[in-house]
Amino acid sequence: MTHISVTVDGTAYEDEVEPRLLLVHYLRDRLGLTGTPIGCDTSNCGACTVELDGVSVKSCTVLAVQADGSEVTTVQGLAPDGEWTPLQRAFHERHALQCGYCTPGMLMAARDLLRENPHPSPEEVRRALEGNLCRCTGYQNIVRAVLSAAEESDGSGATGERSAASAQEVTA
Amino acid sequence: MTDQAVEREVGKARLRKEDARLITGQTNWTDNISVAGLLHMAILRSPMAHARVERVDVSPALGRPGVVAAFSGRDLAEGLGSLPCAWPVTEDMVLPDHPPLAVDEVRHAGDPVAVVVARDRYAAADALEAVEVDYEPLPPVLDLEAALAEDAPLVHADKGTNRAYVWPLKTGEDYGSVKQRADVVVKRRYEQQRLIPNAMEPRAVVVTPLAASGEYTVYSATQIPHILRIMLSVVTGVPEHKLRVVAPDVGGGFGSKLQVYGEEALALAVARKLGRPVKWTESRSEGYLATHHGRGMIQDIELAATSEGRLLGLKVDLLADMGAYLMLVTPGIPILGAFMYPAIYKMDAYEFNCTGVFTTRTPTDAYRGAGRPEATYAIERAMDELAAEVGLDPVEVRRRNWIRHEEFPYTSIAGLTYDSGNYEAATDKALALFGYDDLRAEQAKRNERGDTVRLGIGVSTYTEMCGLAPSRVLRDLRYSAGGWEAASIRMLPTGKVEVVTGTSPHGQGHVTSWSQIAADVLGVPFEDVEVVHGDTKVAPQGMDTYGSRSLVVGGAAVHRAAEKVVDKARKVAAHLLEASEDDLEFRDGVFSVKGSPEARKTIQELAFEAFTSHDVPEGMEPTLNAEHVLDPENFSYPHGTHLCAVEVDTETGRTGIRSYVCVDDVGRVVNPMIVEGQVHGGLAQGIAQALYEEAVYDTEGNLVSGTMADYLVPSAPDLPEFVTDRTETPAASNPLGVKGVGEAGTIASTPAVVNAIVDALRPLGVHDVRMPCTPERVWEAARSAQSSGAARKEGSA
Amino acid sequence: MIPPAFDYVRPAGVEEAVRALADAGEDAKVLAGGQSLLPLLRLRLAFPELVVDVGRIPELRGVREDGDTLVIGALTTHHDVVHDPLVRRHAGLLAQATEAVADPAVRHRGTLGGSLAHADPAGDLPAVALALDAELVAQGPGGRRAIPAREFFTDYLQTTLAPDELLVEIRVPKRDGWGFRYEKFARVAQSWAMVGVAALVRRDDGHIAEARVGLTNMGATPLRATAAEEALAGAGDAGAVARAAESAAEGTRPSRDASASPEYRAHLARVLTKRAVLAAAGMG
Repeated sequence: MTHISVTVDGTAYEDEVEPRLLLVHYLRDRLGLTGTPIGCDTSNCGACTVELDGVSVKSCTVLAVQADGSEVTTVQGLAPDGEWTPLQRAFHERHALQCGYCTPGMLMAARDLLRENPHPSPEEVRRALEGNLCRCTGYQNIVRAVLSAAEESDGSGATGERSAASAQEVTA
Repeated sequence: MTDQAVEREVGKARLRKEDARLITGQTNWTDNISVAGLLHMAILRSPMAHARVERVDVSPALGRPGVVAAFSGRDLAEGLGSLPCAWPVTEDMVLPDHPPLAVDEVRHAGDPVAVVVARDRYAAADALEAVEVDYEPLPPVLDLEAALAEDAPLVHADKGTNRAYVWPLKTGEDYGSVKQRADVVVKRRYEQQRLIPNAMEPRAVVVTPLAASGEYTVYSATQIPHILRIMLSVVTGVPEHKLRVVAPDVGGGFGSKLQVYGEEALALAVARKLGRPVKWTESRSEGYLATHHGRGMIQDIELAATSEGRLLGLKVDLLADMGAYLMLVTPGIPILGAFMYPAIYKMDAYEFNCTGVFTTRTPTDAYRGAGRPEATYAIERAMDELAAEVGLDPVEVRRRNWIRHEEFPYTSIAGLTYDSGNYEAATDKALALFGYDDLRAEQAKRNERGDTVRLGIGVSTYTEMCGLAPSRVLRDLRYSAGGWEAASIRMLPTGKVEVVTGTSPHGQGHVTSWSQIAADVLGVPFEDVEVVHGDTKVAPQGMDTYGSRSLVVGGAAVHRAAEKVVDKARKVAAHLLEASEDDLEFRDGVFSVKGSPEARKTIQELAFEAFTSHDVPEGMEPTLNAEHVLDPENFSYPHGTHLCAVEVDTETGRTGIRSYVCVDDVGRVVNPMIVEGQVHGGLAQGIAQALYEEAVYDTEGNLVSGTMADYLVPSAPDLPEFVTDRTETPAASNPLGVKGVGEAGTIASTPAVVNAIVDALRPLGVHDVRMPCTPERVWEAARSAQSSGAARKEGSA
Repeated sequence: MIPPAFDYVRPAGVEEAVRALADAGEDAKVLAGGQSLLPLLRLRLAFPELVVDVGRIPELRGVREDGDTLVIGALTTHHDVVHDPLVRRHAGLLAQATEAVADPAVRHRGTLGGSLAHADPAGDLPAVALALDAELVAQGPGGRRAIPAREFFTDYLQTTLAPDELLVEIRVPKRDGWGFRYEKFARVAQSWAMVGVAALVRRDDGHIAEARVGLTNMGATPLRATAAEEALAGAGDAGAVARAAESAAEGTRPSRDASASPEYRAHLARVLTKRAVLAAAGMG
């Protein structure tokens, strides 16, 4: 057993873990943070993507002991006060999810992209999401959502109004 | 009806009620479920395609830390029946025994041989390695044609044959005589590669026993909680009324969770034996062996036609790979396709024959489209070959043969009555959006120049039968259940509405769409409607979700149930307003007396009146509830035209999709946003079959594409931006005028893509490329056609 | 999905790591970013008794200059390699090829040293290291030694690294003014290269003065297309490049798998070499 201290979604945890314990199992089985799902065993699907010290990682491909001393953000930590991020809103408004299983990973991967490249082209969005598989949407609405979130965070202000406007457009 | 509710909701792109939980991680996937004392089950699987199981010794596993129990097939045989097949397609179909845990023989790589139960998943995984099994290898059975030979090794020796069934259909004139008068006969063989459905959520099951009363709750990542309850009762002997099945959040299915799986039965059996809750979750690679596959057919198709490209007859011979066992609807999948080979075309003769073949591979069963994509692929590919043969544009050859819109309702040569459709309108719209003529002109120019990157244009005009299904038709097809769907509506005392549906969504957005349907009929706000589903305790009746049936059967049932509520509310309103029912108007949720609009009651007020029942008509049952079980009168026949432009690099064989346009007619649309999403996802899976995916087995019967790193599920850069549009020809067979949409995109797109690839290479003399059209296959097709000089011959045709 | 159990140490420095490796012998595995090792563990294709996590050794991370050489710490992540200004300026081929590795999340964890030490011939970076004529510096109980990339890769997933040696840095000769292109041919965006070609071209007066071509997945190890390199010298137009590229598959032994035959791989090597060199030479 190895001792680790990890901060997840703002809460600090101290635990004794087996070195082989995968970070995703630590989150799900030990901390009960089941918002992060598991979709494969080969690092291909990206469903388990979380943020580790500010960058996206596949939590099935990180040992819990490797996260010792680190800060983890999961999908459950994106909207701590209940107010959705622009990406979450855009996923809702652009119908970027159906079954929703890939959604946590998609959100985390998209968030990583927008941090590095706040104004991506559609092509860049697709490239950035290459490690995240979705079987429901054909990706088109996911790409739309990421582009629309990028636009919303553009700094032109009145983000709330913009969001309402885009919702109207969708329901029109 | 002058007082029908104003439809404010149906047709609107309502944002989904489902999303809030899913985008914040407040989900309830089966693997999330944890209860006190939960044990984890792990399954040891055969590493061989076919072997006699000489010995299974689980005792070494028992000593491992954290291990609570371990069982061989023999240990659990008592009290565990064979897994069910609900579709004996012929009277003499060969139905082998299918124990959830193999006893004497394993018949595909991944066939389970032992289970280990431990305190956590890590301990269970470790202990599996301690189980000892001796196998005596038997010959694998992998080739569909060789499997039918007299001396072929047998998958099920006791059955004496690998032929599961032969299912024939002959309609119209005699095909042989029709062929006599044909100018052109096009004969082709197509192969439907095996596909792995790849729902993003791996399967999982949790069983919690209540030992004292012999009750069990089964949580499963399933599309079919209701059917599963019945079947688990049959398999395990737990009385049906003591079983509760819950489909919590389910992360996609695409047919792969339309199944009664051995692991579900095993978890129940183990929970019963130990009296403790048990969980099993498959890993992706395990799922590739253990979750059923789709497709897997060899199709021999023959068209007889005139030199003007008019179809006279069609003959289809199928060999369908059943895999090692017949699972829930395995044998029926190709039969669902049998009726779709004639597609949208008129002809005089049709002959179909399907032979189901056992092999030592993972069983096949429903995968998005289930039989219809295969049929559509073969006919749409063959129509292109016919067009080439008679020198017509592929669109023109279709025009000359399709059913014209004024001919509906039309009974197809296969005996289906297509209620509605307008193939001309959808095709014209698609051609315009696509810029068909411009692309053809560009193609001609590039061909003339001899560009190494060729442009190809593919068309697919499809229809399909979905909305499963009229129960009497299912009887005629020898399916063991009905095709109805149930809905009930409870108006709560405060005026809020609970819709209980028998459908079991796993991504389709039923909560949103059913809310729209109910809100319109009842005239209540969309937000006031809640939809509950997927738990046999709260939605006790249902036939679940598959076959693009949910809206056309289940949504229509919600509509009917809501109408019944309105009828009952009208009686209460008439009573309270002291008017006759005929004098009442109902609009936007308000009953008012014609001519005196101030005399009014809202349906939400009436819900309270009916709840107290202090003042309702004499003899009326209290509360404003109703239910409806709807048996559809016909299948649903969406249709459409899909056009694909590809660029094929003849130097490398790489295919890139340049544009993809589809115009689908799914009748009236409840939520266009959800419909578009269904189309997108369907397209992605259909394109994936054309270009990327294949379950590959080696000559020993090992699954070579055994992980997600080897089986190529496309990600965002691998798929194009789609242009989607619709025409709207209301269905005549249900009150909403809707048609199914879940599978249409998958059914239509595969032939559109492959037709485009072949179209790009046809000037070189290429007639076909096997799916998936990998770069090597495309390159090889172009190269061998060129070197054989096929181009010149083709050029003169 | 569940790795087998192992012991775990997390040394703070290189010497401590080397000691741990030396003590454990053949049964230890080095864990850097874990993007190659963890998938093997999850599928139970590797059973190390000890995992030595070098991920917290700061001196193994980062890029610096040493005269005409770039020195890249073995633990530098793919993400950092892609974005590093020194790498982009002096070893653009490495930045470009690294961007083709896996996906962004994997590139955040995966490291240059880890990819090279894993020595998967289908990995993108070994062939790039060959083309760049990189040196791989290993540290063992006896100190450091520099291994030329051409001697480093010995067989499928095999290198000359001894069990008690740790790859600590990669030394890359600066290739200022050279044209470059990594052509990766894969069936889907996130799959391994079916074939990859790493081309470096130095032009002189409109002709190719020197070309260096590394091949991904054309044998059990990454390879140089030496015959093509020789034939490319002096090529002055696209036709000459195409002719020279015809020999790109000479001496290779590509494998057969579900996605390609050896013949097709050889064909791809020729086509991609032509394309990569044309692009690198600015002749495309």
